Amino acid sequence: MGGWLTAFIAINQRELIRFWHNRSRLLSALVRPLLWLLVFAVGFRSVLGVSIMPPYETYILYQEYIVPGLCAMIVLFNSMQNSLSMVYDREMGSMKVLLMSPYPSSFLLFAKLFASAVLSLLQVLIFIALCFLVDVDISLTGILFATPAIFLTAFFLGALGIILANFIKQLENFAGIMNFVIFPMFFMSSALYPLWKIRESSEWLYWICYYNPFTHGVELIRFALYQHINTSALLVILGVTIVFSTLALLTFRGQKHA
Amino acid sequence: MSNIQVETLNHSYGTKPALHEIKFVIEPGFNVILGPNGAGKSTLFSLLTGILPAQTGKVLYDQVDIKSHRRAIMHRLGVVFQQPTLDLNLSVQQNLTYFGALHGISKASVLQQCEPLLQAFSLADRLSDNTRSLNQGHRRRLEIIRALIHQPQYLLLDEATVGLDADTRQLVLNTLRDYVQANNVTLLWTTHLMDEVLMTDNLTLLHKGTIKAQGKTEVLLADAQCRTVFDWYCSLTQTVEAM
Repeated sequence: MGGWLTAFIAINQRELIRFWHNRSRLLSALVRPLLWLLVFAVGFRSVLGVSIMPPYETYILYQEYIVPGLCAMIVLFNSMQNSLSMVYDREMGSMKVLLMSPYPSSFLLFAKLFASAVLSLLQVLIFIALCFLVDVDISLTGILFATPAIFLTAFFLGALGIILANFIKQLENFAGIMNFVIFPMFFMSSALYPLWKIRESSEWLYWICYYNPFTHGVELIRFALYQHINTSALLVILGVTIVFSTLALLTFRGQKHA
Repeated sequence: MSNIQVETLNHSYGTKPALHEIKFVIEPGFNVILGPNGAGKSTLFSLLTGILPAQTGKVLYDQVDIKSHRRAIMHRLGVVFQQPTLDLNLSVQQNLTYFGALHGISKASVLQQCEPLLQAFSLADRLSDNTRSLNQGHRRRLEIIRALIHQPQYLLLDEATVGLDADTRQLVLNTLRDYVQANNVTLLWTTHLMDEVLMTDNLTLLHKGTIKAQGKTEVLLADAQCRTVFDWYCSLTQTVEAM
Protein backbone atom coordinates (compact mmCIF):
# COMPACT_ATOMS: atom_id res chain seq x y z
CA MET A 1 0.00 0.00 0.00
CA GLY A 2 2.91 2.33 0.84
CA GLY A 3 4.28 1.98 -2.66
CA TRP A 4 0.97 2.97 -4.22
CA LEU A 5 0.76 6.03 -1.99
CA THR A 6 4.37 6.97 -2.80
CA ALA A 7 3.59 6.78 -6.53
CA PHE A 8 0.33 8.70 -6.13
CA ILE A 9 2.02 11.50 -4.17
CA ALA A 10 4.92 11.65 -6.66
CA ILE A 11 2.61 12.09 -9.67
CA ASN A 12 0.75 14.89 -7.86
CA GLN A 13 3.97 16.49 -6.65
CA ARG A 14 5.40 16.49 -10.17
CA GLU A 15 2.38 18.31 -11.56
CA LEU A 16 2.56 20.88 -8.75
CA ILE A 17 6.30 21.43 -9.29
CA ARG A 18 5.77 21.88 -13.03
CA PHE A 19 2.94 24.31 -12.34
CA TRP A 20 5.09 26.23 -9.87
CA HIS A 21 7.96 26.43 -12.37
CA ASN A 22 5.53 27.83 -14.91
CA ARG A 23 4.02 30.62 -12.82
CA SER A 24 2.98 32.59 -15.88
CA ARG A 25 0.41 29.82 -16.38
CA LEU A 26 -1.18 30.78 -13.05
CA LEU A 27 -1.14 34.42 -14.02
CA SER A 28 -2.84 33.81 -17.35
CA ALA A 29 -5.29 31.42 -15.69
CA LEU A 30 -6.37 34.29 -13.41
CA VAL A 31 -6.15 37.19 -15.85
CA ARG A 32 -8.58 35.53 -18.27
CA PRO A 33 -11.57 35.24 -15.88
CA LEU A 34 -10.71 38.53 -14.19
CA LEU A 35 -10.96 40.31 -17.53
CA TRP A 36 -14.39 38.79 -18.01
CA LEU A 37 -15.39 39.79 -14.50
CA LEU A 38 -13.93 43.29 -14.41
CA VAL A 39 -14.42 44.38 -18.00
CA PHE A 40 -17.04 42.28 -19.75
CA ALA A 41 -19.40 41.89 -16.79
CA VAL A 42 -19.16 45.53 -15.76
CA GLY A 43 -19.81 46.69 -19.31
CA PHE A 44 -22.78 44.42 -19.78
CA ARG A 45 -24.41 44.49 -16.39
CA SER A 46 -26.92 47.14 -17.36
CA VAL A 47 -27.60 45.49 -20.71
CA LEU A 48 -28.13 41.95 -19.52
CA GLY A 49 -30.70 41.74 -16.74
CA VAL A 50 -30.93 38.51 -14.79
CA SER A 51 -34.27 37.57 -13.27
CA ILE A 52 -34.72 35.82 -9.95
CA MET A 53 -34.03 32.17 -10.62
CA PRO A 54 -32.63 29.33 -8.57
CA PRO A 55 -30.26 29.26 -6.76
CA TYR A 56 -30.59 33.07 -6.39
CA GLU A 57 -33.21 34.41 -3.99
CA THR A 58 -33.11 37.99 -5.16
CA TYR A 59 -32.05 40.06 -8.14
CA ILE A 60 -28.32 39.88 -8.62
CA LEU A 61 -25.76 41.83 -10.57
CA TYR A 62 -24.43 40.28 -13.76
CA GLN A 63 -20.97 40.10 -12.13
CA GLU A 64 -22.35 37.75 -9.52
CA TYR A 65 -24.08 35.66 -12.16
CA ILE A 66 -20.98 34.93 -14.18
CA VAL A 67 -18.66 34.02 -11.28
CA PRO A 68 -19.62 30.28 -11.27
CA GLY A 69 -19.21 30.20 -15.05
CA LEU A 70 -15.78 31.78 -14.74
CA CYS A 71 -14.83 29.21 -12.07
CA ALA A 72 -15.81 26.50 -14.55
CA MET A 73 -13.87 28.34 -17.24
CA ILE A 74 -10.71 28.14 -15.12
CA VAL A 75 -11.26 24.40 -14.72
CA LEU A 76 -11.86 24.01 -18.47
CA PHE A 77 -8.69 25.88 -19.45
CA ASN A 78 -6.59 24.08 -16.83
CA SER A 79 -7.82 20.70 -18.03
CA MET A 80 -7.00 21.55 -21.62
CA GLN A 81 -3.61 22.87 -20.49
CA ASN A 82 -3.01 19.47 -18.91
CA SER A 83 -3.91 17.77 -22.13
CA LEU A 84 -1.30 20.00 -23.79
CA SER A 85 1.31 19.02 -21.21
CA MET A 86 0.52 15.35 -21.91
CA VAL A 87 1.26 15.96 -25.58
CA TYR A 88 4.48 17.72 -24.52
CA ASP A 89 5.41 14.75 -22.30
CA ARG A 90 4.80 12.41 -25.20
CA GLU A 91 6.91 14.51 -27.57
CA MET A 92 9.72 14.96 -25.03
CA GLY A 93 9.75 11.28 -24.09
CA SER A 94 8.97 11.68 -20.37
CA MET A 95 5.61 9.95 -20.89
CA LYS A 96 7.57 6.71 -21.31
CA VAL A 97 8.78 6.97 -17.71
CA LEU A 98 5.19 6.94 -16.51
CA LEU A 99 4.23 4.11 -18.84
CA MET A 100 7.14 1.96 -17.66
CA SER A 101 5.79 2.08 -14.10
CA PRO A 102 4.62 -1.29 -12.82
CA TYR A 103 1.39 0.24 -11.51
CA PRO A 104 -1.79 -0.22 -13.55
CA SER A 105 -2.76 2.37 -16.15
CA SER A 106 -6.07 3.01 -14.34
CA PHE A 107 -4.19 4.00 -11.18
CA LEU A 108 -1.72 6.21 -13.05
CA LEU A 109 -4.56 7.90 -14.90
CA PHE A 110 -6.50 8.46 -11.67
CA ALA A 111 -3.42 10.05 -10.09
CA LYS A 112 -2.96 12.34 -13.09
CA LEU A 113 -6.62 13.38 -13.09
CA PHE A 114 -6.49 13.96 -9.35
CA ALA A 115 -3.42 16.18 -9.76
CA SER A 116 -5.14 18.15 -12.51
CA ALA A 117 -8.24 18.57 -10.31
CA VAL A 118 -6.11 19.82 -7.40
CA LEU A 119 -4.49 22.42 -9.68
CA SER A 120 -7.89 23.52 -10.97
CA LEU A 121 -9.23 23.83 -7.45
CA LEU A 122 -6.25 25.91 -6.31
CA GLN A 123 -6.72 28.34 -9.20
CA VAL A 124 -10.47 28.60 -8.61
CA LEU A 125 -9.93 29.32 -4.90
CA ILE A 126 -7.48 32.11 -5.74
CA PHE A 127 -9.99 33.52 -8.23
CA ILE A 128 -12.82 33.41 -5.67
CA ALA A 129 -10.58 35.23 -3.18
CA LEU A 130 -10.03 37.95 -5.81
CA CYS A 131 -13.79 38.16 -6.38
CA PHE A 132 -14.17 39.59 -2.88
CA LEU A 133 -12.24 42.63 -4.09
CA VAL A 134 -15.02 43.46 -6.55
CA ASP A 135 -17.81 42.93 -4.03
CA VAL A 136 -18.90 39.52 -5.22
CA ASP A 137 -19.40 37.84 -1.89
CA ILE A 138 -19.46 34.10 -1.64
CA SER A 139 -19.78 32.54 1.81
CA LEU A 140 -17.12 30.26 3.19
CA THR A 141 -19.75 27.53 3.50
CA GLY A 142 -20.54 28.05 -0.18
CA ILE A 143 -16.87 27.59 -1.06
CA LEU A 144 -16.74 24.40 1.01
CA PHE A 145 -19.89 23.19 -0.72
CA ALA A 146 -18.47 24.03 -4.13
CA THR A 147 -15.14 22.22 -3.57
CA PRO A 148 -16.44 18.72 -4.45
CA ALA A 149 -18.46 20.20 -7.33
CA ILE A 150 -15.33 21.86 -8.76
CA PHE A 151 -13.36 18.66 -8.18
CA LEU A 152 -15.92 16.51 -9.99
CA THR A 153 -16.15 18.95 -12.90
CA ALA A 154 -12.35 18.99 -13.06
CA PHE A 155 -12.33 15.18 -13.25
CA PHE A 156 -14.80 15.20 -16.13
CA LEU A 157 -12.92 17.90 -18.04
CA GLY A 158 -9.53 16.34 -17.20
CA ALA A 159 -10.71 13.03 -18.67
CA LEU A 160 -11.89 14.88 -21.77
CA GLY A 161 -8.46 16.52 -22.00
CA ILE A 162 -6.74 13.13 -21.93
CA ILE A 163 -9.01 11.84 -24.70
CA LEU A 164 -8.19 14.93 -26.77
CA ALA A 165 -4.45 14.56 -26.08
CA ASN A 166 -4.59 11.27 -27.94
CA PHE A 167 -5.80 13.07 -31.05
CA ILE A 168 -3.29 15.91 -30.87
CA LYS A 169 -0.25 14.56 -32.63
CA GLN A 170 1.82 17.72 -32.28
CA LEU A 171 1.88 20.68 -29.92
CA GLU A 172 1.15 22.95 -32.88
CA ASN A 173 -2.30 21.38 -33.25
CA PHE A 174 -3.44 22.77 -29.90
CA ALA A 175 -4.98 25.84 -31.56
CA GLY A 176 -7.57 23.48 -33.02
CA ILE A 177 -8.59 22.44 -29.52
CA MET A 178 -9.06 26.10 -28.62
CA ASN A 179 -11.31 26.72 -31.61
CA PHE A 180 -13.23 23.47 -31.72
CA VAL A 181 -13.48 22.45 -28.07
CA ILE A 182 -12.78 25.17 -25.52
CA PHE A 183 -14.58 28.12 -27.11
CA PRO A 184 -17.73 26.23 -28.26
CA MET A 185 -17.96 24.46 -24.90
CA PHE A 186 -17.68 27.72 -22.98
CA PHE A 187 -19.84 29.98 -25.13
CA MET A 188 -22.54 27.37 -25.72
CA SER A 189 -23.24 26.97 -22.03
CA SER A 190 -24.89 28.80 -19.17
CA ALA A 191 -21.54 30.28 -18.09
CA LEU A 192 -22.21 33.78 -19.47
CA TYR A 193 -25.99 33.92 -19.86
CA PRO A 194 -28.87 31.94 -18.35
CA LEU A 195 -30.40 29.27 -20.58
CA TRP A 196 -33.81 30.95 -20.61
CA LYS A 197 -32.20 34.06 -22.10
CA ILE A 198 -30.66 31.97 -24.85
CA ARG A 199 -34.02 30.28 -25.49
CA GLU A 200 -35.65 33.68 -26.00
CA SER A 201 -33.31 34.27 -28.91
CA SER A 202 -32.76 30.83 -30.37
CA GLU A 203 -34.49 27.54 -29.61
CA TRP A 204 -31.85 25.36 -31.34
CA LEU A 205 -29.01 27.13 -29.58
CA TYR A 206 -30.80 26.58 -26.29
CA TRP A 207 -30.91 22.82 -26.88
CA ILE A 208 -27.24 22.73 -27.84
CA CYS A 209 -26.40 24.60 -24.63
CA TYR A 210 -28.71 22.32 -22.65
CA TYR A 211 -27.02 19.16 -23.90
CA ASN A 212 -23.54 20.59 -23.44
CA PRO A 213 -22.18 18.79 -20.34
CA PHE A 214 -20.15 21.88 -19.48
CA THR A 215 -23.47 23.68 -18.79
CA HIS A 216 -24.19 21.10 -16.12
CA GLY A 217 -20.73 21.57 -14.64
CA VAL A 218 -21.40 25.33 -14.44
CA GLU A 219 -24.80 24.78 -12.83
CA LEU A 220 -23.40 22.24 -10.38
CA ILE A 221 -20.81 24.80 -9.26
CA ARG A 222 -23.35 27.66 -9.27
CA PHE A 223 -25.82 25.86 -7.00
CA ALA A 224 -23.03 24.56 -4.75
CA LEU A 225 -21.65 28.08 -4.24
CA TYR A 226 -25.06 28.96 -2.77
CA GLN A 227 -25.19 25.77 -0.73
CA HIS A 228 -27.67 23.94 -2.93
CA ILE A 229 -27.35 20.70 -4.80
CA ASN A 230 -28.51 20.68 -8.39
CA THR A 231 -29.40 16.98 -8.58
CA SER A 232 -29.88 16.77 -12.34
CA ALA A 233 -26.55 18.55 -12.97
CA LEU A 234 -24.86 16.24 -10.45
CA LEU A 235 -26.22 13.13 -12.19
CA VAL A 236 -25.18 14.40 -15.61
CA ILE A 237 -21.66 15.24 -14.43
CA LEU A 238 -21.31 11.89 -12.62
CA GLY A 239 -22.45 10.13 -15.79
CA VAL A 240 -20.13 11.97 -18.18
CA THR A 241 -17.25 11.60 -15.71
CA ILE A 242 -17.68 7.82 -15.74
CA VAL A 243 -18.01 7.69 -19.54
CA PHE A 244 -15.12 10.08 -20.25
CA SER A 245 -12.86 8.45 -17.64
CA THR A 246 -13.44 5.05 -19.26
CA LEU A 247 -12.65 6.47 -22.69
CA ALA A 248 -9.65 8.32 -21.26
CA LEU A 249 -8.35 5.04 -19.80
CA LEU A 250 -8.62 3.35 -23.17
CA THR A 251 -6.77 6.20 -24.92
CA PHE A 252 -4.21 6.41 -22.09
CA ARG A 253 -3.42 2.71 -22.54
CA GLY A 254 -3.12 3.46 -26.24
CA GLN A 255 -0.45 6.10 -25.46
CA LYS A 256 1.86 3.21 -24.65
CA HIS A 257 1.78 2.23 -28.27
CA ALA A 258 1.79 5.76 -29.70
CA MET B 1 18.17 -17.54 -14.58
CA SER B 2 17.17 -13.99 -15.68
CA ASN B 3 17.02 -14.79 -19.35
CA ILE B 4 15.09 -13.01 -22.06
CA GLN B 5 13.63 -15.20 -24.75
CA VAL B 6 12.34 -13.83 -28.02
CA GLU B 7 10.17 -16.18 -30.06
CA THR B 8 9.54 -15.60 -33.76
CA LEU B 9 8.86 -11.86 -33.66
CA ASN B 10 7.59 -10.22 -36.80
CA HIS B 11 6.70 -6.56 -37.01
CA SER B 12 5.72 -4.21 -39.77
CA TYR B 13 4.59 -0.60 -39.99
CA GLY B 14 1.70 -0.78 -42.41
CA THR B 15 3.06 -2.64 -45.38
CA LYS B 16 6.68 -1.86 -44.53
CA PRO B 17 8.33 -4.79 -42.75
CA ALA B 18 10.62 -3.84 -39.84
CA LEU B 19 11.47 -7.18 -38.23
CA HIS B 20 11.33 -10.68 -39.68
CA GLU B 21 11.36 -13.95 -37.73
CA ILE B 22 13.45 -12.65 -34.85
CA LYS B 23 14.36 -15.45 -32.46
CA PHE B 24 17.02 -15.47 -29.72
CA VAL B 25 17.73 -16.04 -26.05
CA ILE B 26 19.70 -13.59 -23.94
CA GLU B 27 21.44 -14.90 -20.85
CA PRO B 28 22.90 -12.92 -17.90
CA GLY B 29 25.90 -10.86 -18.96
CA PHE B 30 26.66 -8.10 -21.44
CA ASN B 31 24.73 -8.70 -24.64
CA VAL B 32 25.10 -6.44 -27.66
CA ILE B 33 22.75 -6.06 -30.60
CA LEU B 34 24.74 -4.45 -33.37
CA GLY B 35 23.11 -2.99 -36.42
CA PRO B 36 23.23 0.06 -38.66
CA ASN B 37 20.59 2.78 -38.50
CA GLY B 38 17.29 1.43 -39.75
CA ALA B 39 18.19 -2.18 -38.98
CA GLY B 40 15.18 -2.53 -36.67
CA LYS B 41 16.97 -2.15 -33.32
CA SER B 42 14.58 0.42 -31.89
CA THR B 43 11.54 -1.55 -33.05
CA LEU B 44 12.96 -4.64 -31.40
CA PHE B 45 13.63 -2.58 -28.28
CA SER B 46 10.06 -1.29 -28.21
CA LEU B 47 8.78 -4.86 -28.47
CA LEU B 48 11.09 -6.02 -25.68
CA THR B 49 9.83 -3.28 -23.36
CA GLY B 50 6.19 -3.80 -24.28
CA ILE B 51 5.94 -0.25 -25.63
CA LEU B 52 4.88 -1.88 -28.89
CA PRO B 53 2.62 -4.95 -28.78
CA ALA B 54 3.99 -7.97 -30.59
CA GLN B 55 2.13 -8.56 -33.87
CA THR B 56 3.33 -12.15 -33.93
CA GLY B 57 5.60 -14.09 -31.61
CA LYS B 58 6.43 -13.65 -27.93
CA VAL B 59 8.81 -11.90 -25.59
CA LEU B 60 9.42 -13.94 -22.44
CA TYR B 61 11.28 -12.89 -19.31
CA ASP B 62 12.17 -16.04 -17.38
CA GLN B 63 9.47 -17.86 -19.36
CA VAL B 64 6.90 -15.19 -18.42
CA ASP B 65 5.17 -13.44 -21.33
CA ILE B 66 5.41 -9.63 -21.16
CA LYS B 67 2.00 -9.39 -22.82
CA SER B 68 0.18 -11.00 -19.91
CA HIS B 69 2.53 -10.13 -17.00
CA ARG B 70 3.77 -6.67 -17.93
CA ARG B 71 3.38 -5.22 -14.42
CA ALA B 72 5.41 -7.96 -12.74
CA ILE B 73 8.13 -7.67 -15.38
CA MET B 74 8.32 -3.87 -15.10
CA HIS B 75 9.36 -4.28 -11.46
CA ARG B 76 12.47 -6.11 -12.68
CA LEU B 77 13.20 -4.18 -15.85
CA GLY B 78 15.42 -1.10 -16.19
CA VAL B 79 15.31 0.79 -19.47
CA VAL B 80 17.25 3.60 -21.12
CA PHE B 81 15.56 4.72 -24.31
CA GLN B 82 17.37 6.22 -27.26
CA GLN B 83 15.11 9.28 -27.00
CA PRO B 84 15.78 11.34 -23.84
CA THR B 85 13.06 10.81 -21.23
CA LEU B 86 14.11 13.10 -18.38
CA ASP B 87 11.71 15.76 -17.17
CA LEU B 88 13.63 18.97 -17.79
CA ASN B 89 11.36 20.90 -15.42
CA LEU B 90 12.55 18.81 -12.47
CA SER B 91 15.87 18.84 -10.68
CA VAL B 92 18.32 15.93 -10.85
CA GLN B 93 17.12 14.63 -7.49
CA GLN B 94 13.46 15.10 -8.39
CA ASN B 95 13.94 13.08 -11.59
CA LEU B 96 15.44 10.24 -9.57
CA THR B 97 12.88 10.29 -6.76
CA TYR B 98 9.97 10.63 -9.22
CA PHE B 99 11.10 7.51 -11.06
CA GLY B 100 11.69 5.69 -7.77
CA ALA B 101 8.22 6.65 -6.55
CA LEU B 102 6.68 5.31 -9.77
CA HIS B 103 8.19 1.98 -8.69
CA GLY B 104 6.97 2.42 -5.11
CA ILE B 105 10.42 3.28 -3.69
CA SER B 106 10.79 5.99 -1.04
CA LYS B 107 12.97 9.07 -1.51
CA ALA B 108 15.46 7.95 1.18
CA SER B 109 15.93 4.54 -0.45
CA VAL B 110 16.37 6.12 -3.87
CA LEU B 111 19.09 8.47 -2.67
CA GLN B 112 20.85 5.70 -0.78
CA GLN B 113 20.71 3.40 -3.78
CA CYS B 114 21.96 6.09 -6.18
CA GLU B 115 24.81 7.43 -4.05
CA PRO B 116 27.66 5.23 -5.44
CA LEU B 117 26.55 5.72 -9.04
CA LEU B 118 26.15 9.48 -8.58
CA GLN B 119 29.73 9.51 -7.33
CA ALA B 120 30.95 7.35 -10.20
CA PHE B 121 29.21 9.52 -12.76
CA SER B 122 30.27 12.85 -11.15
CA LEU B 123 26.72 13.90 -10.43
CA ALA B 124 26.75 13.74 -6.62
CA ASP B 125 27.13 17.50 -6.24
CA ARG B 126 24.49 18.33 -8.84
CA LEU B 127 21.45 16.83 -7.15
CA SER B 128 19.70 20.16 -6.71
CA ASP B 129 20.55 21.44 -10.20
CA ASN B 130 17.80 21.75 -12.75
CA THR B 131 18.05 18.93 -15.27
CA ARG B 132 17.80 21.49 -18.06
CA SER B 133 21.20 22.86 -16.97
CA LEU B 134 22.96 19.50 -17.50
CA ASN B 135 24.85 18.84 -20.70
CA GLN B 136 23.90 15.89 -22.89
CA GLY B 137 26.54 13.61 -21.37
CA HIS B 138 25.38 14.27 -17.81
CA ARG B 139 21.74 13.82 -18.81
CA ARG B 140 22.60 10.40 -20.26
CA ARG B 141 24.46 9.42 -17.10
CA LEU B 142 21.44 10.49 -15.06
CA GLU B 143 19.14 8.33 -17.18
CA ILE B 144 21.39 5.33 -16.62
CA ILE B 145 21.49 5.88 -12.86
CA ARG B 146 17.72 6.23 -12.89
CA ALA B 147 17.30 2.92 -14.71
CA LEU B 148 19.19 1.18 -11.90
CA ILE B 149 17.20 2.62 -8.97
CA HIS B 150 14.92 -0.40 -8.53
CA GLN B 151 17.84 -2.83 -8.89
CA PRO B 152 16.49 -4.48 -12.05
CA GLN B 153 17.44 -8.00 -13.09
CA TYR B 154 17.16 -6.98 -16.73
CA LEU B 155 18.66 -3.85 -18.23
CA LEU B 156 17.82 -2.68 -21.72
CA LEU B 157 19.74 0.25 -23.21
CA ASP B 158 18.99 1.56 -26.68
CA GLU B 159 21.87 3.48 -28.28
CA ALA B 160 22.64 4.90 -24.83
CA THR B 161 25.95 6.46 -25.84
CA VAL B 162 24.82 8.30 -28.96
CA GLY B 163 26.08 11.87 -28.93
CA LEU B 164 28.50 11.35 -26.04
CA ASP B 165 32.19 12.15 -26.17
CA ALA B 166 34.72 9.31 -26.13
CA ASP B 167 35.58 9.65 -22.42
CA THR B 168 31.96 9.64 -21.32
CA ARG B 169 31.18 6.67 -23.56
CA GLN B 170 34.04 4.73 -22.01
CA LEU B 171 32.98 5.70 -18.50
CA VAL B 172 29.39 4.60 -19.13
CA LEU B 173 30.43 1.31 -20.71
CA ASN B 174 32.98 0.46 -18.02
CA THR B 175 30.57 1.28 -15.21
CA LEU B 176 27.83 -0.84 -16.73
CA ARG B 177 30.17 -3.76 -17.44
CA ASP B 178 31.29 -3.70 -13.80
CA TYR B 179 27.68 -3.47 -12.66
CA VAL B 180 26.65 -6.46 -14.77
CA GLN B 181 29.49 -8.54 -13.42
CA ALA B 182 28.88 -7.57 -9.81
CA ASN B 183 25.12 -8.08 -9.88
CA ASN B 184 24.72 -10.89 -12.42
CA VAL B 185 22.11 -8.99 -14.39
CA THR B 186 21.06 -9.51 -17.99
CA LEU B 187 21.99 -6.44 -20.00
CA LEU B 188 21.02 -5.81 -23.59
CA TRP B 189 22.91 -3.02 -25.32
CA THR B 190 21.83 -1.95 -28.80
CA THR B 191 24.32 0.08 -30.78
CA HIS B 192 25.61 0.86 -34.23
CA LEU B 193 29.08 1.66 -32.87
CA MET B 194 31.39 -1.29 -33.44
CA ASP B 195 34.11 -0.12 -31.08
CA GLU B 196 31.69 -0.71 -28.18
CA VAL B 197 31.77 -4.47 -28.74
CA LEU B 198 34.26 -6.55 -26.71
CA MET B 199 35.50 -10.03 -27.56
CA THR B 200 33.82 -11.40 -24.44
CA ASP B 201 30.37 -9.95 -25.25
CA ASN B 202 27.46 -11.95 -26.59
CA LEU B 203 26.88 -10.37 -29.97
CA THR B 204 23.86 -10.36 -32.25
CA LEU B 205 23.97 -8.77 -35.68
CA LEU B 206 20.68 -7.28 -36.79
CA HIS B 207 20.54 -6.21 -40.41
CA LYS B 208 17.49 -5.15 -42.43
CA GLY B 209 15.14 -6.56 -39.82
CA THR B 210 16.66 -10.03 -39.60
CA ILE B 211 19.30 -11.63 -37.39
CA LYS B 212 22.39 -12.45 -39.41
CA ALA B 213 24.60 -13.89 -36.69
CA GLN B 214 24.63 -14.54 -33.00
CA GLY B 215 27.21 -15.81 -30.54
CA LYS B 216 30.29 -14.90 -28.53
CA THR B 217 32.15 -12.15 -30.38
CA GLU B 218 35.49 -13.96 -30.38
CA VAL B 219 33.90 -17.15 -31.73
CA LEU B 220 31.98 -15.29 -34.44
CA LEU B 221 35.15 -13.51 -35.56
CA ALA B 222 37.19 -16.70 -35.53
CA ASP B 223 34.57 -18.56 -37.56
CA ALA B 224 34.50 -15.79 -40.14
CA GLN B 225 38.30 -15.47 -40.05
CA CYS B 226 38.08 -11.77 -39.32
CA ARG B 227 40.37 -9.77 -37.07
CA THR B 228 38.02 -6.98 -36.11
CA VAL B 229 34.30 -6.51 -35.57
CA PHE B 230 34.34 -4.00 -38.42
CA ASP B 231 35.80 -6.56 -40.87
CA TRP B 232 33.34 -9.17 -39.69
CA TYR B 233 30.42 -6.77 -39.99
CA CYS B 234 31.43 -5.67 -43.51
CA SER B 235 31.97 -9.20 -44.73
CA LEU B 236 28.64 -10.35 -43.38
CA THR B 237 26.51 -7.43 -44.52
CA GLN B 238 28.12 -7.35 -47.97
CA THR B 239 27.43 -11.07 -48.30
CA VAL B 240 23.85 -10.44 -47.28
CA GLU B 241 23.45 -7.59 -49.75
CA ALA B 242 24.92 -9.69 -52.55
CA MET B 243 22.23 -12.24 -51.81
